[in-house]
Amino acid sequence: MTRIAVASGKGGTGKTTVAASLAVVLSRRFRVHLLDCDVEAPNAALLLHPRMQQAEPVARPVPVVADPECDRCGRCSDACRFHAIAVTPHRVLVFPELCHGCGGCVRACPSGALRESQRTVGEIAEGWAGPVLLTQGSLNPGETATVHMIRAVRRRETNAEVVVLDAPPGSSCPAVAAMRGADQVVLVAEPTPFGLNDLLLAVETARLAGARIGVVINRDGAGDNRVERYCAEVRLPVIGRIADNRKVAEAYSRGELPGRGVPEFARAIEAIASRLTAEVPA
Amino acid sequence: MKIVVSAAGAGSENEVDPRFGRAANFLVFDSARESWTLLENTQAPEAAHGAGIQAAETICRHGAEALITGRVGPKAFAVLSAGGVKVYRGDGRTAKEAVEAFRAGRLAEIKESDPAY
Repeated sequence: MTRIAVASGKGGTGKTTVAASLAVVLSRRFRVHLLDCDVEAPNAALLLHPRMQQAEPVARPVPVVADPECDRCGRCSDACRFHAIAVTPHRVLVFPELCHGCGGCVRACPSGALRESQRTVGEIAEGWAGPVLLTQGSLNPGETATVHMIRAVRRRETNAEVVVLDAPPGSSCPAVAAMRGADQVVLVAEPTPFGLNDLLLAVETARLAGARIGVVINRDGAGDNRVERYCAEVRLPVIGRIADNRKVAEAYSRGELPGRGVPEFARAIEAIASRLTAEVPA
Repeated sequence: MKIVVSAAGAGSENEVDPRFGRAANFLVFDSARESWTLLENTQAPEAAHGAGIQAAETICRHGAEALITGRVGPKAFAVLSAGGVKVYRGDGRTAKEAVEAFRAGRLAEIKESDPAY
């Protein structure tokens, strides 16, 4: 089994297009499970058109105050690092959207006035797109429990031969939560100054995950060669190049996988898939 | 009566700090004793989120009845309301001038929070 995270420092580099295309190509040889961990904007389903089953809610614990037992001692508030609970002389206020669900306040409460209740923060849906199993998490708007949601998605991982994780863009906690435990991280980068800047951040994050890193240059030829130069300098393998082609963007904007109508795109994805699974027994 | 002023410095000659949660200091004027004391805003300025909540809580627990500041966000405002602290707009003056204006009834009470920022 191999676990491949597809990530990028910058948004809009083609990460989901690459992840979904890889999943389809790999499913010709392996049992593939694609986990859409970009829970603030899950969109692999837009390209794969799976038959989704009924979505299930994902909840997270938040504190509730049973007022008669509370003497406003303030220990719950002192225990909260996120200021999600405030104690005033007459009332205790909870700000559920700031709560990280750690349960510290409930443990700190000496009077038993606090208990945990479950708050729904999003949902998980699952379905098949041909032979590819897709699991997708979507966080409700305004919620901050991104990492909690990503972990819930990752707990759905099956014993597939290849697991593809579509990570959220960036290099903060959500990206880390999606990459953690991956054997390989594919960083999709644009050949532009902006693309290089965000690639540098993504490389640092991926190194923390301890995975093997490969770079895919998307829209190759559209910018300059600074991403290529950087990869050569630090000996980061460029495992694929997808040529800049308007037809790819057109297919994407229609909700189609570009490989079906753009043969050179399909060949680029196949080459990347082979490199990623060279050591996986078919 | 205790009146708290968000201030840019540690003395009453300093300007009212228009930021509430991340104010440099809080100065407390006790009208019964006609005296000023310093209530440091120690942790809130460093907080990633919830600086206003924590600062509001500190002020409520201190037993203040009025707060003079610039802008207050919705969460901090909810805590101040729960704690019975009335909020007045006093930026653009020194802390001392703001308290004098408040006592003369010349400061406007803020009855709802500013948008989140």
